[in-house]
Amino acid sequence: MSADLLRPPPASPAGPTRPAGGRGYLVVGGSRANLRVHRRSAIVGVLLLVALVVTAAVSMITGDFPITLDRVLATLAGNGDSGEDFIVWSLRMPRLLLAVLIGAALAVAGGLFQSLTRNPLGSPDVIGFQAGSATGALLVILVWHGSSGQVSLGAIVGGLVTAALIYLLAMKGGLHGFRLILVGIGMAAMLTAANDYLITRAKLIEAQDAAVWLTGSLNAAAWDQVLPLVLVVVALFPFALWAARDLRMLELGDDLAGTLGVAGPRTRTVTMVVAVGLAAAATAAAGPVVFVALAAPQIARRLVGVPGPSVLPAALTGAVLVAASDIVAQRIVSEPLPVGVVTGVVGGIYLAWLLGRAWQRGTA
Amino acid sequence: MSRARPGGGPHTDAEAIHTASSAGRLSGSRLTLGYQRVTVTRDLDVHIPDGSFTVLVGANGCGKSTLLRALARALEPQGGAVFLDGAALSSLPAKQVARQLGLLPQGPVAPDGITVADLVARGRYPHQRMLRQWSKADDTAVAEAMAATHVEELADRYVDELSGGQRQRVWLALALAQQTSIMLLDEPTTFLDIAHQVDVLDLCAELHLGGRTLVAVLHDLNLACRYATHLIAMADGAIVAQGAPTDIVDAALVEQVFGLSCRIIADPESGTPLVVPTRRKALGADPPVLQVPAAT
Repeated sequence: MSADLLRPPPASPAGPTRPAGGRGYLVVGGSRANLRVHRRSAIVGVLLLVALVVTAAVSMITGDFPITLDRVLATLAGNGDSGEDFIVWSLRMPRLLLAVLIGAALAVAGGLFQSLTRNPLGSPDVIGFQAGSATGALLVILVWHGSSGQVSLGAIVGGLVTAALIYLLAMKGGLHGFRLILVGIGMAAMLTAANDYLITRAKLIEAQDAAVWLTGSLNAAAWDQVLPLVLVVVALFPFALWAARDLRMLELGDDLAGTLGVAGPRTRTVTMVVAVGLAAAATAAAGPVVFVALAAPQIARRLVGVPGPSVLPAALTGAVLVAASDIVAQRIVSEPLPVGVVTGVVGGIYLAWLLGRAWQRGTA
Repeated sequence: MSRARPGGGPHTDAEAIHTASSAGRLSGSRLTLGYQRVTVTRDLDVHIPDGSFTVLVGANGCGKSTLLRALARALEPQGGAVFLDGAALSSLPAKQVARQLGLLPQGPVAPDGITVADLVARGRYPHQRMLRQWSKADDTAVAEAMAATHVEELADRYVDELSGGQRQRVWLALALAQQTSIMLLDEPTTFLDIAHQVDVLDLCAELHLGGRTLVAVLHDLNLACRYATHLIAMADGAIVAQGAPTDIVDAALVEQVFGLSCRIIADPESGTPLVVPTRRKALGADPPVLQVPAAT
């Protein structure tokens, strides 16, 4: 080994060849502005995109009134008859978009929180945010008898208040992942009890409405719910991408990340706000669709094979998961099921597999 | 290498006094350090000589790791300030500091399922931006860091499956990829057997010879004496002695710092001080003596 190798070298001028990016990575762009892309994540992303397109096509052509693919495309181009227009534009399209947006929003929220807490259980559905949104929504449905818009608002306020409470209770000399999860699980238990109490006090019809909302359903999907969610997702996604880059560094531990130049407190605050916003907006749109926030980012992580939150693969996984679950929920029985039932089953199987594998590894 | 603007920004009185009184790039002035209600050191002044391999030694809980963390900006001082090139560390942008000064924390934990190459590449963060995520310099730095620490063959392995010694070399590679002229190492040899301790310290000595300033916390006083060019001995949150190991380490110092009575002899290998603890009478006067086979 020569001594030259060990001397801190001067910043080398840009050479004639392009930056390679290291093993398993691609550098997209020039030497002044570029992105470093994990090769397998890119491939997985493309495959997930194909899966999403296929899922979307299936959900557009199947149903009580099957429409052929070319008629769907013609209708989308503006050449459908009035029946097709109604089914495609007013029924299936908002429903599909809502499923995709909810899946993406929940998956990203879950991925951010799991990274923040450094724990796969640290997702918004486990640590009480969705239960808090449910409490807000139930209060509006059962106590104030509000409209569906007000129910959404109630869900958002409920989610934000719960997040703030958990944050304040868990915050003691800095934000610690494990305490956040424990406080969150306690909060989720209390809120679930409160939700159950609210339902037992309600009139039968209201209770049924509330129960459907609580399972997370897309059966009443309409453009009114899609548009606000589009705005929230478009507004928050860039911040999620930005935060993910620093969260990946924070997984090295605060001391090391700090001395590498990562602003830890700022990253955590941005992450909290973005993740809570996404989770609350998604829950407000269709009720607490469970297990997506927990499972989608973990599935995406296993697909791409790199540690840290992978925002786009997680978003696509969540979108495919919810859109496909919704097809199953609509078609498997004559009376459409709430999508949350299906994601609950899928997520439950996944969780059992995850725990089983961990158990196997632990006892091997 | 240095992209820092020398003397940028307004000078405070403290800075003026500081620049006048020190020669090294990194120093701490009137440092009061602690955690919440526990104060570990009070009004501590410390200077790290440029180009030195400085080693902090002291008994458990004497504040050496706390001091190192403050020097690395991982711990905000409760009073006083750490200065880098004459500017208070807390007043400088984090990334700018990160291009001058790197830290290898005590017992770092790698994210699950990360490969060696991926981990080392994360040392390049302070040289990157959101929209310029990788450069030729990054390629070179990562390759050189992995070559210098002999971890190239491990590049595609998962960090979790490496041995302790290999893992420590990978962490050193990360710190090296950061390309800082000052490296702070918090107990880089903990949990390593004697052979790997020497292996890691030899590597540190090579990095030091290459022109870097190294500051390390070490537990083993004998190894500290052998490798350090500048030794800082601490007790109860204060510096009790500093200088070249040969100049400052004697039985009185070891008694004061560790509460251990000992004899100091010259290390037969390097001539540096070697601590030999005296035998306590309670353990018996005549222990078995090592039988050296007679030469035939």
